[in-house]
Amino acid sequence: MSKNIESAKDIYVVAEQRDGKVAKVTHELLGEANILAKDLGEKVIAVVIGANVADQAQEMLEYGADEVIVVEDDRLGEYITEPYTKALVQMIEEYDPNIVLFGATSIGRDLAPRIAARVHTGLTADCTHLDIDMQKYFDFLKATSTADRDAIERKLGMDDKTLKMTRPAFGGNVMATIRCAEYRPQMATVRPGVMKLVEKQVGKQGKVTIMKPDLTDEDFNVEIVDIAKSEGKIVDITEAKVLVSGGRGIGSAAFYGELQKVADRLGGEISSSRANVDAGWIEKARQVGQTGKTVRPDLYMACGISGAIQHLAGMENSEYIIAINKNEDAPIFEVADLGIVGDVKVIIPKLYEALDKYFEEHQIN
Amino acid sequence: MKIVVCIKQVPDTNEVKLDPVTNRLIRDGVPSIINHDDKSAIEQALRIKEELNDGTTVTIVCMGPPQADVALREALAMGADEAYLLSAREFGGSDTCATAIIISTALKRIGFDLVLTGRQAIDGDTAQVGPQIAENLGVPQVSYAEEVTVNGKEVLVKRQYEDRYHMIKVQMPCLLTALQELAEPRYMHAGGIIDAYNKDITVWGFDDLKDGLNPDDIGLMGSPTRVVTSFGKMQKGAGVKYDVPAEEAVQIIIDKLEERHLI
Ligand SMILES: Cc1cc2nc3c(=O)[nH]c(=O)nc-3n(C[C@H](O)[C@H](O)[C@H](O)COP(=O)(O)OP(=O)(O)OC[C@H]3O[C@@H](n4cnc5c(N)ncnc54)[C@H](O)[C@@H]3O)c2cc1C
Repeated sequence: MSKNIESAKDIYVVAEQRDGKVAKVTHELLGEANILAKDLGEKVIAVVIGANVADQAQEMLEYGADEVIVVEDDRLGEYITEPYTKALVQMIEEYDPNIVLFGATSIGRDLAPRIAARVHTGLTADCTHLDIDMQKYFDFLKATSTADRDAIERKLGMDDKTLKMTRPAFGGNVMATIRCAEYRPQMATVRPGVMKLVEKQVGKQGKVTIMKPDLTDEDFNVEIVDIAKSEGKIVDITEAKVLVSGGRGIGSAAFYGELQKVADRLGGEISSSRANVDAGWIEKARQVGQTGKTVRPDLYMACGISGAIQHLAGMENSEYIIAINKNEDAPIFEVADLGIVGDVKVIIPKLYEALDKYFEEHQIN
Repeated sequence: MKIVVCIKQVPDTNEVKLDPVTNRLIRDGVPSIINHDDKSAIEQALRIKEELNDGTTVTIVCMGPPQADVALREALAMGADEAYLLSAREFGGSDTCATAIIISTALKRIGFDLVLTGRQAIDGDTAQVGPQIAENLGVPQVSYAEEVTVNGKEVLVKRQYEDRYHMIKVQMPCLLTALQELAEPRYMHAGGIIDAYNKDITVWGFDDLKDGLNPDDIGLMGSPTRVVTSFGKMQKGAGVKYDVPAEEAVQIIIDKLEERHLI
């Protein structure tokens, strides 16, 4: 058990930025932290780290932080594990947080474990739901799960104020709630796209503290010799929130362009059945299925995919599945939440137009 | 040079299901495999060994129950030189933090220049053990490795991010976590399989590591995180299917996307 159980206070959100632009997941975390902080009676503190990032403090306040700590050093422009770890460990030692949240991105998932090991505390990866309040936690379980409420109440009581961190495991077949009761800070990485934003409060004020971390040149123990920004994005389709997936039924490689437009509108990526990968229409990295990737996005839109068992193996755990297929007996409909019997070549362009119109009406860009 | 690859034996998660009554995982009859990312790490280690052809060796380390020796045999059959199984009652129930403490204690005893792990395991998906081993060993890590080249004491790694790559130069000793794309694993060959069964697997229990291991930091009781409960998701109701004109179909899709906060 760590000594600071009583003293540790407040929810810290480690902001993520690349090239000076704050990642969306940071805004989502600030929104979620706000809800948790109210249940705890504590504050939300955003931690901005990088080179020349002080001007992001205002954005943090507007998205829900009560206070901001700016950890700044000219050498922290691009992410490097060790100096980021060292600087944030100094922050943790100085401020004694109760909870520290990170985005479950390729930065957060590299950085948070290293920090957790250094301060010797628990870390829960890739959370999709967080609770402090027991009643809210039970409401969540009741709405989504088969969990045994009484057993949990016997174990934790109704007054428990630890962070209940819920995440998928075993390829999404199971959900688990995890706690770190005896160590502080309680740490979690949170999957991008799952937490809701709170309304931005333009012009909101709050305390901003600048912290100069104590770093030496030896801390920069790896050298970035080149940075290649991918023209198209480099994708790991397993991390995409939305996948618009094309099978042989799309008819040509060119039609992926149409699927891409829809995917862009939904903040997603395109993916594929194996048939089209074998045909050379799309790269192997985007193949879903037994010999491709296993995905579980919030939305999987199967366009002209028959739903062979090897394909289903890679996507049937998706949160929501829409299938468009002109054969009403296609097996894909058996796993689809919403099935549309029809021609993808007609429906997809119309869907894109309709989305465009929808965003225009709702003034979203 | 000594390369050590840390692997995990995992259930093929596509076949794992939850018992709706007991809320326990049904693992009976579910095949166990070497975790995909880890297998790609083994392949990468073997390629480095073959390319250098200078006496470089590949050692495999796996923490798990006694049955995990099957995974080690498979790695030996692919061409690894030696294998260690870390197996003890005291290790059971370890979270990532405790697991990394056990594995890094073993690695300190085994010795290493380059440590490879998979990025993440398909059962837990945490991606935490690799970085936490690196921390305990006090060596730099590069995770999400997509390409690896060794030049003398230096390793050049193509490190993947969502929107970019970093080409990173790092000095050994260091630890890399492998993406599945890093190296397509070879098949075991017949000679290799026979050799694999003639090689010894070193089994280390708690006593073999106790000099460097605080019993309070490992196993279920030593783990900072604990599972409160695990549960199945509510079965979703049977889906609906519409065979309607395109305009109508599109409207149905839009309504659903809105209802589910996808737009
Ligand atoms: C060992 C093994 C491993 C495999 N691994 C994978 C894997 O990882 N991933 C994978 O995907 N497959 C895998 N396969 C292949 C799999 O069995 C199928 O062959 C493949 O998934 C079929 O791809 P498809 O659905 O795109 O094509 P098809 O099966 O040809 O289906 C095309 C579908 O499009 C529909 N269609 C046609 N025109 C239109 C239109 N205009 N509008 C709407 N719908 C239309 C048709 O009705 C049909 O249902 C594997 C096979 C084996 C043997």
